[in-house]
Amino acid sequence: MAGQTTVAAVQRNDTAGSGNIFQRFLAGTELDTRLIGMVGALALIWIGFQFVSGGIFLTPRNLWNLSVQTAEVGVMATGMVLVIVTRNIDLSVGSVLGFVGMIMGLMQAVWLPPLLGLSNPFIWVIALAAGIAVGVVIGGIQGVIIAYLQVPAFIVTLGGYLVWRGGAYLLASGKTIAPMDATFKLIGGGPMGSIGATWSWVLAAIICICIAGGILLGRRQRRRFNFPLRPVWAEMTLTAVGCAITIAAIWVANAYPWPVGVANAYARDHNLTVPDGGLFISTGVAIPVLIALGAGLVMTFVASRTRFGRYVFAMGGNPEAAELAGIKTRWVTVKIFMLMGALASVSAAIATARLDAATNALGTLDELYVIASAVIGGTSLAGGVGTVVGAMIGALVMQSLQSGMTLIGLDTPLQSVVVGIVLVFAVWLDTLYRRRAK
Amino acid sequence: MLDQPNNKSTPLVEMQDISVSFGGIKAVADASVDLYRGEVVALLGHNGAGKSTLIKVLSGAYARDSGTIRVDGQEATIANPRDAKKYGIETIYQQLAVADNVDAAANLFLGRELVTPIGTLDDAAMEAKAREVMGRLNPNFRRFKEPVKALSGGQRQSVAIARAILFNARILIMDEPTAALGPQETAQVGELIRELKAEGIGIFLISHDIHDVFDLADRIVVMKNGQVVGSARTSDVSKDEVLGMIILGKVPPGAIAGPGAMQG
Repeated sequence: MAGQTTVAAVQRNDTAGSGNIFQRFLAGTELDTRLIGMVGALALIWIGFQFVSGGIFLTPRNLWNLSVQTAEVGVMATGMVLVIVTRNIDLSVGSVLGFVGMIMGLMQAVWLPPLLGLSNPFIWVIALAAGIAVGVVIGGIQGVIIAYLQVPAFIVTLGGYLVWRGGAYLLASGKTIAPMDATFKLIGGGPMGSIGATWSWVLAAIICICIAGGILLGRRQRRRFNFPLRPVWAEMTLTAVGCAITIAAIWVANAYPWPVGVANAYARDHNLTVPDGGLFISTGVAIPVLIALGAGLVMTFVASRTRFGRYVFAMGGNPEAAELAGIKTRWVTVKIFMLMGALASVSAAIATARLDAATNALGTLDELYVIASAVIGGTSLAGGVGTVVGAMIGALVMQSLQSGMTLIGLDTPLQSVVVGIVLVFAVWLDTLYRRRAK
Repeated sequence: MLDQPNNKSTPLVEMQDISVSFGGIKAVADASVDLYRGEVVALLGHNGAGKSTLIKVLSGAYARDSGTIRVDGQEATIANPRDAKKYGIETIYQQLAVADNVDAAANLFLGRELVTPIGTLDDAAMEAKAREVMGRLNPNFRRFKEPVKALSGGQRQSVAIARAILFNARILIMDEPTAALGPQETAQVGELIRELKAEGIGIFLISHDIHDVFDLADRIVVMKNGQVVGSARTSDVSKDEVLGMIILGKVPPGAIAGPGAMQG
């Protein structure tokens, strides 16, 4: 065993020692070239818009907004990965978002206050829990029809797309429901719905410790099982880059101050004197962004460390083999759609809280952005392949494009044209990459 | 070994009068086969003769319309692959039935993963066990971290076999076990079958090519048009006689005729 390991380790060093600096870097760090390509594309989009917009894209204010806008689609993209990996599709997520958002809105503004009193502190909890339960039930119904009645997911969720959008209208006869509960609104972000400078730095510290700890732990595991180790410089570089990105992101979030009006009102309420040039209060990381990061973490864990996740990928790779191996493939499919429904509900909470209202148009076209995010993020429509991290970066790419185009004043129809072309182009590139990788 | 299975000992598996039809077409009609401990039974017949369908009933992949299955003399309820595994029936399918996009250890434990006390996958333990089993089957196998699709036909075959024996199979079903393999790998599989047999495992070999299995089998059962033509000990018949059974349904003197035997 020891002899074999040495051979493998030597081979590893050989590949790491050959080629140009970039190839050596890739071999040493074992980073996925697709991931690097995507980060490169993101950087290109950001720098491009920075120039075209005359320097207003890469500002704390815009980047902070971008992070909040990405949260809604990003949360759902983590679930769409599992759906697409098992060769299914969910076209209903935007409508489910609208329907569940309406339920959450009605709970807070119409149904619960007469029962519990207007400012009952439990209203938002009940509304949120009920909304998520409804999302899970909707996903469960669609999943059962797909898995047990064998209706293709495309058709079932296309039906769901119409049913839940119509349902959202019927629930409130097309009216906009407002306002949301004060605590619930924090889920949507804004100056109050952010964690401020101190907690943001605490978060940065935790993330950096996790990165370093994870890399150390991974190294120890590899040594324990005699797997080839990454070179020390590669481990160092990975840790440094990870921490640098984290710190930069937190710094940007903290560099975005509360709007003057909100800061002044806060100063008045707390008997603070406003200094010359206004009161600078850091916004910090927004709560919806925290929720999205949490969803990403949980879903990555589910996909890679649980039986359920293992089955999802095995089913995507070879559905027949999974069935013959004794996996209850139908039940797994139902669970995937229930999970998707729950995530759509979380996004519904973010969207309604951010808007401070529930409308029947909420989440329109979201399904397409969610699917596009997953696919741009490397999820293969042929099944079996995809990562949660990729899908979230995909969501960031999509949202960056959109927000950048809005910033430079491109008309909405033209935005759609660009997004459509970019999606097709990205998938074509991916096809080329996969063909070469084979 | 073959001379021992006398009428006194109970067969490991008895499939009696099994019928399966797909939309009015009888794929298998009143077929009966049995298998004893430490015995290798080859199920022969042309493509479409019904041998794979019959055996998929035993492995739980297909539901039967009628007939009974007994394991160790007790009537067995097998409605899906999970039930079959409970009786120690493991199957290596013709198309290997491995999940291409996950690694060898994940395939070995697919559907029966080892988990840590908190319920997460115990990849380390699974990989250690996978190395142990694969070391026994195919000592040259070293590509544990790669998706199975990157492996050669023989390596994939060893993964499929390792999965079957990992959980102490008592009855092993191998559907065209050597169809995708080169001569050297075929010899390896043959060696393995002899080893498993020596451990007392009963093995069904399914093949449309008599040359693949004649030397490995203790007994052959020939099927044609969904019916059993007949069965014979390999010591009592020649290859040519078995070919006659497969092609014409003609039962030689050394064999026991079944319901599908050529009349007259």
